[in-house]
Amino acid sequence: MNGRFLRNVFIKGLLLFAAFNLIWAAFNPSPGNISAYNLILRGRERLPFGEDSASSYNLSLYDLDAMFASLRLAGAPKTPDEFRVFVIGDSSSWGTLLRPEETLAGLLDKAGLTTEDGRTVRVYNLGYPTLSLTKDLMVLDIAMQYEPDLILWPVTLESFPRERQLESPIVANNSDRVAYLIERFDLGLDAPVNEASFWDSTIIGQRRALADLLRLQLYGVMWSATGIDQTYPTDYEPAARDLEADESFGDWLPPSIPADGLVWDVVAAGMQRAGEVPVVLINEPVLVSAGANSDVRYNFYYPRWAYDQYRASFESTCTANDWTCLDLWDVIPEERFTNSAIHLDPQGEAILAGKIIETGVIK
Amino acid sequence: MWLTSILILVGLALIIFLLSLWPRTRALRKLLLLVFSVGVIFWLQPALPIRGLDFWLPVATLALVALGWLLTSKAEEREVRATLVNTGLVISTVLLIALTRYVSLTGWITPSRPPQTLIVVAVLCAIFAVLFLLFIFSRRVPLGAGALVAAMLAILLVFVVLKLPALTQWISEVLRGWNGQSRELASSIDLRWLGFSYIAFRLIHTLRDRQSGRLPAMALDEYFIYVLFFPAISAGPIDRSERFLRDLRKPFIPAAEELGGASKRLVIGLFKKFVLADLLALIALNGTNASQLTSTGWAWLLVYAYALQIFFDFSGYTDIAIGMGLLMGVKFPENFNAPYLKPNLTQFWNNWHMTLTQWFRAYFFNPLTRALRSAKKPVPVWLVILITQISTMLLIGLWHGMTLNFILWGLWHGLGMFIQNRWSDWTRPLSTRIQQKPALNRIVTIFTTLLTFQFVAMGWVWFALPSVQTSLDVFTRLFGMGG
Repeated sequence: MNGRFLRNVFIKGLLLFAAFNLIWAAFNPSPGNISAYNLILRGRERLPFGEDSASSYNLSLYDLDAMFASLRLAGAPKTPDEFRVFVIGDSSSWGTLLRPEETLAGLLDKAGLTTEDGRTVRVYNLGYPTLSLTKDLMVLDIAMQYEPDLILWPVTLESFPRERQLESPIVANNSDRVAYLIERFDLGLDAPVNEASFWDSTIIGQRRALADLLRLQLYGVMWSATGIDQTYPTDYEPAARDLEADESFGDWLPPSIPADGLVWDVVAAGMQRAGEVPVVLINEPVLVSAGANSDVRYNFYYPRWAYDQYRASFESTCTANDWTCLDLWDVIPEERFTNSAIHLDPQGEAILAGKIIETGVIK
Repeated sequence: MWLTSILILVGLALIIFLLSLWPRTRALRKLLLLVFSVGVIFWLQPALPIRGLDFWLPVATLALVALGWLLTSKAEEREVRATLVNTGLVISTVLLIALTRYVSLTGWITPSRPPQTLIVVAVLCAIFAVLFLLFIFSRRVPLGAGALVAAMLAILLVFVVLKLPALTQWISEVLRGWNGQSRELASSIDLRWLGFSYIAFRLIHTLRDRQSGRLPAMALDEYFIYVLFFPAISAGPIDRSERFLRDLRKPFIPAAEELGGASKRLVIGLFKKFVLADLLALIALNGTNASQLTSTGWAWLLVYAYALQIFFDFSGYTDIAIGMGLLMGVKFPENFNAPYLKPNLTQFWNNWHMTLTQWFRAYFFNPLTRALRSAKKPVPVWLVILITQISTMLLIGLWHGMTLNFILWGLWHGLGMFIQNRWSDWTRPLSTRIQQKPALNRIVTIFTTLLTFQFVAMGWVWFALPSVQTSLDVFTRLFGMGG
């Protein structure tokens, strides 16, 4: 080995590295579709999400292709005797503090339902723990390729404010998809601009996304081995029952929600995107507190005036558009809420699933 | 160790490499090795919750090393001037580090703010005074074998204390009490002493070799550099002093070969540690996921992942240490030689953490075997093998930690080696016949290699988990009997 040889190795290594980066950036592949899930790993029951990866064997990433590819749904071809139901929505659909089988989707799936024409009802959890209807629309848009027969869409007021639609990281990091949806459905949102440079398309620029993709596959091993996809603390801060005497809802103050403050256009876009597939819009249960200042607020999230107006808007919009809607806001007893005014314990979820089955919307 | 820390250490090694390129600066190599090695034990020392302890433990390391040198060096071979200069260098380095309490370097040089300078000066003076008196005293009255044995026993005692959670917890309580800190918060991990395990091995090696007259004469700086050489301070290899000295004393004239060899080992080591091992760590068996396993197949995968993770982690560190050593003109012995590809357990241990097993062989296994074989009442060969294999492996297990699981891991390997030894002995005629048929021999070798790996991998279940019950639960799961 001499100095010249070393220099050549160094230069060749550098050139190869630069070439790989440039080729990668030029072709801009979507490695998210390559997944070990449903091949050697068990498909996940819900979309990947998690902050404490080491103990939840899960992680938050922004590659929706990779997220969907990790789902059991992606490896379950639809059979003629299957009636496929998707539950989209926020953390209450995803199931914070709940095991996959304890979520609304899990319970409905386990209920052994069959349709009037004898098909078996299979329910898939496509909830994702951020509050934004635009995020729901984005998930719904991708989910349509998996041929649903019915979509259950639990929503809550917190997901509706127009100014919060693009805030969540999953939305902010999928600006192309969101911009496309905004343009296609003419939504009243400012389309985000994709500011990614050529550099961002190289392997170096995408190192975080690529590392996340790899970690998603590795945590799939732990998910397959343990069936755990979130941490279940034995002790958590329960949702507040005693509330501040605060009448504000974000920047909104009484007496009324600003005109066009709620993104009904996004909901309408979801209905339009679903096309022939029926969508049931569900005003999800919220904690109705009986504690201090409960005459001012229903819970930590909602002052009474805002939530009441939202419910009125929910009813009138559903009626006006002839949408199938269920207002189940107060069907769950206060003691069945866990760490948030919209998170239920397993018994609460069972009550909710029972109520939905009772309505006969799954038929 | 974080990647940044390793890169900084590589940077230090590169400084020495570059300075050695020119004849004028080449002489600085030893001096820089001494200063860097002393500084690194403060820098890498983990932060400890007991006030000041993460400064005093490295100081204690230095005191121990100085004491080790006094005990192992012959008075007539000591050069007074050089010794004083080197002592001054070590003390100056410590003082400089202590003075960083007055600048915003906390967390950069030391994990927490160094103690008050006056206290540091007082302690250093006290240590210096004691060692100086010993230095003078040992010139007049040579230290006998008793002192060497006492020193070895003292090191072993500290070692036992550090490895016994109940004792470390108690000491933590006492130290917290002295410091006016809450005793209730005392924990057995409050006394993490950077590199003590490896330092202890090197000290015992020099003390024992001094006792047997095999230790070469070493100047104070050489002794410090040998014991504290920063590439090997936290994870070995455990070099032998005579071999290390040859490299240290040889004029180091860097060439492309050293740079190429070092770069290769560093790249391989970094890849093993920070890519392979760290990725495998996500799916490797551990105390938490052991109780969450739901199926046999996945349980095996986690055990195999652990087996590979510990190999890549440890051998990766070794590669990095060897690479850094090459940059400074020191060629460390190899520590791993494809251990999972060996056809029997004895060969596995001859190729896994080789410098550790060689240490135990030299200072425990061989002397014990000799003692048993030369016993007045003859001990049967099989019993000699049983006693030596099991006791050696038990000690290696205890070196990792004084818990029941490490004892069981040692027993697992000790018994495994004994059985393998007896089996090999019993089937020797058959083995000879098989060896004459290459195809059959290859098949048998593949089978025994897989069997050995399987045995070692299962042994890691004891090693990786914190309790016997958890390990038994995992074994139950591995054999399809889990609930």
